[in-house]
Amino acid sequence: MRQHLLALLAKEPAHGYELKLALEQTFGQAYPSPNIGQIYVTLKRLEQDGMVRGQDVAQDGRPNKKVYEITPAGQAELASWVESPTEGPRVRDEFFAKLVLAPLAGLADRMELINSQRRHYFGIMRNLVELQAGMDRANAPARLLVEGAVLHLQADLDWLERCQEELV
Amino acid sequence: MTALLAKDVPALLAARGLVKVYRSGGVPVEAVRGVDLEVGAGEFVAIMGPSGSGKSTLLHVLGGLEPATRGEIWLRGRRVDGLSASAWAVLRRKHVGFVFQFFNLLSTMTAADNVELPALLAGVSPKQARKRRTELFDELGLAAKADAAPSRLSGGEQQRVALARALVNEPSLLLADEPTGNLDSASSRDVLRLLAHAHAGGQTILLVTHDAKIAGLADRVICLYDGMIADDARVVPTPRKMSAVRDVLELRG
Repeated sequence: MRQHLLALLAKEPAHGYELKLALEQTFGQAYPSPNIGQIYVTLKRLEQDGMVRGQDVAQDGRPNKKVYEITPAGQAELASWVESPTEGPRVRDEFFAKLVLAPLAGLADRMELINSQRRHYFGIMRNLVELQAGMDRANAPARLLVEGAVLHLQADLDWLERCQEELV
Repeated sequence: MTALLAKDVPALLAARGLVKVYRSGGVPVEAVRGVDLEVGAGEFVAIMGPSGSGKSTLLHVLGGLEPATRGEIWLRGRRVDGLSASAWAVLRRKHVGFVFQFFNLLSTMTAADNVELPALLAGVSPKQARKRRTELFDELGLAAKADAAPSRLSGGEQQRVALARALVNEPSLLLADEPTGNLDSASSRDVLRLLAHAHAGGQTILLVTHDAKIAGLADRVICLYDGMIADDARVVPTPRKMSAVRDVLELRG
């Protein structure tokens, strides 16, 4: 969240609510809407760390709003975020640990574990397919986010199949 | 079996103890090893499973393209596993539409004729065959391609023609073998949309696929493993609808 806000502020100064709207518009309804409280807390920390500067702007008949702009230190942190290599996708190691360990303790049958996990994935796939159907196809980032989720899920299902072939 | 079919809503398609053994160099290979399944009218069922799990063979046996070695197949309340190849052909013409991975269109005919021919063979008048074909082509976005030879069409277009051919006689059952297996992602999406549309119109669909997106559209997924059913379950959307993406991906930062 920290770098996402910095990136938006590198484009133009904004207040907390504008940042929330910008995130929602960019990533679409597929991505859970960021909590406004979380955004304010993050902005406050960024200000304490000298990454952004907040300025109170008076509003007619309403409390002041705080408009933030990025500082040189913030620009530097953003640049290092952009340049640093990004971790690869996570493996669902929690399910894998269950699959490997639970049968050892006589707690579960591997085939049952795999079947129930697969059903869960299909349920998520249904959600994603429905999201895709109702999606604004002109919003490429939002569309690609869901497509990425679909492809990861396909890989999870393929992996499950491999586990079934070797472990059951 | 009889008792089951006497119920108010009989299965459109049912298999009992279905076995398919091939001879490969004199060695028997059991591709399907005792499958029981039922598909209700209007259901959309996906069959998934690793390569070699027997899913295509199962589909071909259920559609009468290959004879079963043992077991029963019931279609529309009638036992059909003992039918001759020609009796199957007649049955398929009216009641079973087939879509294949590699389209299997007749290359010497136009797209339109590929679709109208099976209607004519089923005894529909030429005028009526043309009318049905035109409706399907309009629906599938093929109106401008009617007179084209299959070789002039993209893979996605050929598969849509194949879908029109499969649907032209309004079959009780649509069987599809990896219908998106040979298509790019945009064409896959078109075919998926059309399958979903046919399903919404009441079409019963049984389809073999590797594509998990299809499973996301189906009412039910049957997982085949080693010629047997490992799981058979309804697809139930996860309740945390909006967190669907976060369940799979995390935007870091």
